[in-house]
Amino acid sequence: MNSAIEVTDLVVERGKRKVLHGIDCAIPAGSVTGLLGPSGSGKTTLIRAIVGVQIVKSGTVTVLGRPAGTASLRREVGYVTQAPSVYADLTVRENARYFASLYGLGAAAADQAIADVGLAGAAGQLVGNLSGGQHSRASLACALIGTPKLLLLDEPTVGQDPVLRADLWAKFHALAAAGTTLLVSSHVMDEAGRCDRLLLIREGRLIGDDTPAALRAAAGTDDLEEAFLHLIRNREQVTA
Amino acid sequence: MTSQTATGQTATRPASGHGGSLMSPRITAATTGRILRQLRHDRRTVAMLIVVPAVLLAVLYFMYDDAGPAFDRVALVMLGIFPFVIMFLVTSIAMLRERTTGTLERLLTTPLGKLDLLFGYGLAFGLAATVQGVVATGAAYWLMGLQTTGNPALVVLIAVVNAVLGVALGLLCSAFARTEFQAVQFLPVVVVPQILLCGLFVPREQMAGWLEGISNALPLTYAVDALLEIGRHVDPTTTMWRDLVVVTAAAVVALILAAATLRRRTP
Repeated sequence: MNSAIEVTDLVVERGKRKVLHGIDCAIPAGSVTGLLGPSGSGKTTLIRAIVGVQIVKSGTVTVLGRPAGTASLRREVGYVTQAPSVYADLTVRENARYFASLYGLGAAAADQAIADVGLAGAAGQLVGNLSGGQHSRASLACALIGTPKLLLLDEPTVGQDPVLRADLWAKFHALAAAGTTLLVSSHVMDEAGRCDRLLLIREGRLIGDDTPAALRAAAGTDDLEEAFLHLIRNREQVTA
Repeated sequence: MTSQTATGQTATRPASGHGGSLMSPRITAATTGRILRQLRHDRRTVAMLIVVPAVLLAVLYFMYDDAGPAFDRVALVMLGIFPFVIMFLVTSIAMLRERTTGTLERLLTTPLGKLDLLFGYGLAFGLAATVQGVVATGAAYWLMGLQTTGNPALVVLIAVVNAVLGVALGLLCSAFARTEFQAVQFLPVVVVPQILLCGLFVPREQMAGWLEGISNALPLTYAVDALLEIGRHVDPTTTMWRDLVVVTAAAVVALILAAATLRRRTP
């Protein structure tokens, strides 16, 4: 397996609290991996560590063969934060063109990314006037510009309507088919089935790392929510 | 599927070039343009930036009714102080917004260099300050009869450099503020003492030695001194150029210190 991301014994503390307790995982290149877990389980912290913006206590994170946060990775990684991080006082197009310019790309690449997230009709609108779902798609568009090799998306589909959500997942798989590696976090289990592979995280520990089919089979259920519960109960029995 | 551009070619991020150098002219220019575009969408702020200093000078004009030399001195100094105060406030809030909305963290995950962002702010607000300075100085000379021995263009130059100093200090101070409430309070902490000690209220020579010492260490003092030199001399003096160099250097140092406060990795 060719890994785009390798995480070894990653420990992160925020303040006095331990947020990640020794995470180990490898994320295969050219696939869509889901990072599933409840709110507060450490999903965002793990993504931040992979982007290289998180101060870590110990452990290593290797991204595309280099330590996370290496300067040359900045042009190869696209990162979308959970709260949309685009300029509310600029139009969608102005935002996209600015981010395109940071990668040395022009207006065409910016317009393409806007079209990819279904915002072509709203390109001239101020981001501050958009709905919540459109706002986060504007933020997503800015990360898609120029097809990064690795896309880290923190809850990108929250608040999107079902049709758009399906479109976005189709887009994610199309990107993966073309070679991009995607790590997509979510706290909704119904999105888990759309991923090639799942990382299940709870209370800062990885409790599952497999394909959705294998997780279902191991738990003897078709329901991934049930499979998640099964894993949690197994773990509690082991530690008890 | 890959991103197809309008011409049918695949748009991929060029791998060449720098990944994390401190500055690139192209990205600095793009950042300046982005900040000016943000400003353009905020018409009320633009109107206030341009009109408010001129209106305040008009208030001074009526306060000093017919007291020519007294008005000349105060108005001249204020042409330097207004842009300093206004740009300090505007930028410290703008930078705080970059932090609180997550755009700063995002920018720092792109090839943008720290100095691209900070000089982008300096250039964008420096340009805005040029328009502001021309309007305020023009109004002071032509409508209110301000008289100086030296050239009004030099007054605009000092006003712009002073605005950039305000921008630089605003960027630096915003690093120490978590909220807007904290950010605005850097005004009484950082800006007001400079105004009190710059020589406008009490000539610096008449201050207690220790106050004059503090005054010597504050950049606004040199800006005001430069303006007073323009008020007294036909041609730019050596002192004026020295003052200008001091203010410019202080602005550049503040920008570099502000860059040092930007952390790509945070807890």
